[in-house]
Amino acid sequence: MMQAIKIQGTDDTPKVILDPNPENPVFEISGRSLPEDVVAFYEPILEWLDEYAQDPLEKTIFNFKLEYFNTASSKLLLDILLKLEDMYDDQKDVLVRWHFPEDDEDMEEAGEEYADIVEVPFEQVRYTLD
Amino acid sequence: MGNIVKDSKKSLEFVYDFYVKMKRNNINLAYEGEITHQITKAFTSLTENNMMRDEDYSSVQKKVFHVMVECLQNISKHADNQFNFISSKDGRGIFLVSKDETEYNVTTGNVVKNEKIEELKQMLEHINRLSREELNKLYKQKIREGRLSEKGGAGLGFIDIARKTGQKLIYSFIKIDDEKSFFVLTSSISRVK
Repeated sequence: MMQAIKIQGTDDTPKVILDPNPENPVFEISGRSLPEDVVAFYEPILEWLDEYAQDPLEKTIFNFKLEYFNTASSKLLLDILLKLEDMYDDQKDVLVRWHFPEDDEDMEEAGEEYADIVEVPFEQVRYTLD
Repeated sequence: MGNIVKDSKKSLEFVYDFYVKMKRNNINLAYEGEITHQITKAFTSLTENNMMRDEDYSSVQKKVFHVMVECLQNISKHADNQFNFISSKDGRGIFLVSKDETEYNVTTGNVVKNEKIEELKQMLEHINRLSREELNKLYKQKIREGRLSEKGGAGLGFIDIARKTGQKLIYSFIKIDDEKSFFVLTSSISRVK
């Protein structure tokens, strides 16, 4: 089984969990994304997904729960979604869940936009801030 | 000796003058220098704290935060640095945030080579002519076109500022000499929901 990726979130980088443990798989990117070097931050994640795509779980549910991301991050997020799209094209069961706070229209729209661009099952999930 | 006293008095008066001008123009943040990632983080968190204290709508706070990040990154990545005495990887420029009853204004200024002005102007004019829907379309097209420029970003930032604020980008190029100009850009974010 592949090694999981677990990255703690900071005030400028998101929390990332990519854990293919079949008992309790978690694929999640959450928090804030405005890293100093976006490519350096996301490259290992994209590479991990390439490897995972060769032998994925029966079903992959990928959660995005971002509070904020800058435009430089937006391209890298699309790169992740494109990898998931490739898996879906490859007859794998993939679902993207895009979480957004109920009062955040911009984040909701960002999800709609990505859903428009990539051909992959995409679910918008509204949540309430505590 | 006498001259030094006179000069230092003058410079103190300059400070007061500067303070009065900042107050008069409702400027609550002013900076000139290198725009590093640390500076970007410091300014955005400072402004966030102020906005929370002033109880601005969270949607307004997010927009101001976003515009600040994109504007600061524009300077950090695109200001032409070779005119500085000290070479560094981060661009430098001036950065101002002002606020009145109805809106926030985020202003940046930095030196650009004259040869880049035409392209920049065309890009900004084009963005200012587009409707919200057209901006969304252009944004999608740009991220789909993919790979980041070697400096990471560019173009996308302006489009996103325009669509998130719903306002035109206000800008000007002020000629310094035959080689370079000063590029000023202001974005406004309404404080009213």
